[in-house]
Amino acid sequence: MSRTLHIDWTKCDGRGLCTELLPGLLGRDDWGYPVARRGDRTDIAIGRDDADAADEAVKLCPRLALRVVGGSGGSGGRPAR
Amino acid sequence: MTFKETALPESTGWRAPFGTFRLFAAGTHAGFARHVDTFGPLDLDSVGPELISVLKASGLTGRGGAAFASWRKLAATAQSRSAGILAPRPVVIGNGAEGEPLSFKDKTLLAEAPHLVIDGLLAASRAVGGSQLYLYAGAASFPAVERAISERPAARGIRLVEAPDRFIAGEASAAVNAIATGSALPFDKRRRLSESGLKNRPTLVLNVETLAHIALIARYGAVWFRSVGSAVDPGTRLISVSGPGPDQVLEVAGNESLGEILYSSQIDAADVAAVLVGGYHGRWVKPHDYKLSVSGPASHAVRPGAGVFHVLPAGYCGLETTARIVDYLAGESARQCGPCMFGLPAMAGVLNRIAYRERDPRLVKELERLGKLVAGRGACHHPDGTIQLISSALDVFSDEIKAHLAGTCTTVNGRAA
Ligand code: SF4
Ligand code: SF4
Repeated sequence: MSRTLHIDWTKCDGRGLCTELLPGLLGRDDWGYPVARRGDRTDIAIGRDDADAADEAVKLCPRLALRVVGGSGGSGGRPAR
Repeated sequence: MTFKETALPESTGWRAPFGTFRLFAAGTHAGFARHVDTFGPLDLDSVGPELISVLKASGLTGRGGAAFASWRKLAATAQSRSAGILAPRPVVIGNGAEGEPLSFKDKTLLAEAPHLVIDGLLAASRAVGGSQLYLYAGAASFPAVERAISERPAARGIRLVEAPDRFIAGEASAAVNAIATGSALPFDKRRRLSESGLKNRPTLVLNVETLAHIALIARYGAVWFRSVGSAVDPGTRLISVSGPGPDQVLEVAGNESLGEILYSSQIDAADVAAVLVGGYHGRWVKPHDYKLSVSGPASHAVRPGAGVFHVLPAGYCGLETTARIVDYLAGESARQCGPCMFGLPAMAGVLNRIAYRERDPRLVKELERLGKLVAGRGACHHPDGTIQLISSALDVFSDEIKAHLAGTCTTVNGRAA
């Protein structure tokens, strides 16, 4: 099941912590806000390699602007064993 | 038309409006008596979930801008309703907020034919098993709507909520937010409104003109609705015509040609530089052989959006006009989302430099780069709508851009650089 990283733009303040955790997935725009490197830019497909880092970003985003949607994981955190 | 398709008892013998003169058939400021006299009574007790399949057969699409198939919205809302025995009953919101400065067809409809909108709201609510009804509209529409509600007991439960006069106030989640919190700001839509909108209830937001069409489809059925327009764009729609002449609201058939609309508006196509169709989030076209339609190739069809039809007279600079509009749109960002809050003013700045003849060929590339950067990154459609307008201007006014970059201007009224 594919998982996506959803950005709530109304919350994000563009300090860019997520872009450091997910350099393969996210770049930064002229003003510091995260930009998906490819595909949908608000619901960003997460590859297997980025799964853990995406969960980490959800936990660490200071504005609670991120959420992992779909797949077995809930809204943040690792899937329970 | 089969009997099942319509809520109007066949024996009553009311004649359905003919041709494209439908929504205003009861005349100006129609009270309830003249409304019923013109359209026949609507037996709400006979309206239920079957209305959704009638709407599907009718092909009605939303008249507020996005042109989604209306039946799908109702079906999604009804489905959330049936998701569990404890599922809350849906909320139905009639959206008459018209923040778009060039749009006035919804205000006109609420002033002239409020009872059709109320019929549609009551019928849609019946179809989805709704329990709370709202009409969200600008303060100017209140007197006519209040009078209409007071004329009929069945409408007493409809709550009127004032829409502020801001561009973004009519966005569906902004409407929900305005009703819930008094602040008309869009919110992040990770969940659909049909699942969880106002107070976490399934929420159906329909434009007031869409509701008025529903009121007639519930009476006369899908076949009647399709008797004008084309197979892919059936029925009629209201458009707000503005430009060199007086503002006017026209009711036109689906898939009508731009030339025909200009003719009905008594505007000579030879005096037209371009037409902005769909509004500030719409698209510039040069009249040629375009059709106003919800579908079709971009080379021949232009989406009606919220029904705006703004004529730029020959001799006026479309780049200057677009730069002014984008300045306005940048100022109307709800300033919640970074890419919109910073990206729109940046694009407005570059577009103004092109419009006011800075001779730097890199400006067009920069504008295209900014458009690509900002696209798809906001909680609402505002950035994407603005980008669509700008890219249509770059396309349609390419001769003007070349002239500007050469330090001249193709228009008669251009300001000196
Ligand atoms: S960490 Fe959160 S607030 Fe910071 S840029 Fe990423 S999404 Fe925005
Ligand atoms: S995209 Fe712009 S207008 Fe829409 S909610 Fe975000 S900041 Fe507001």
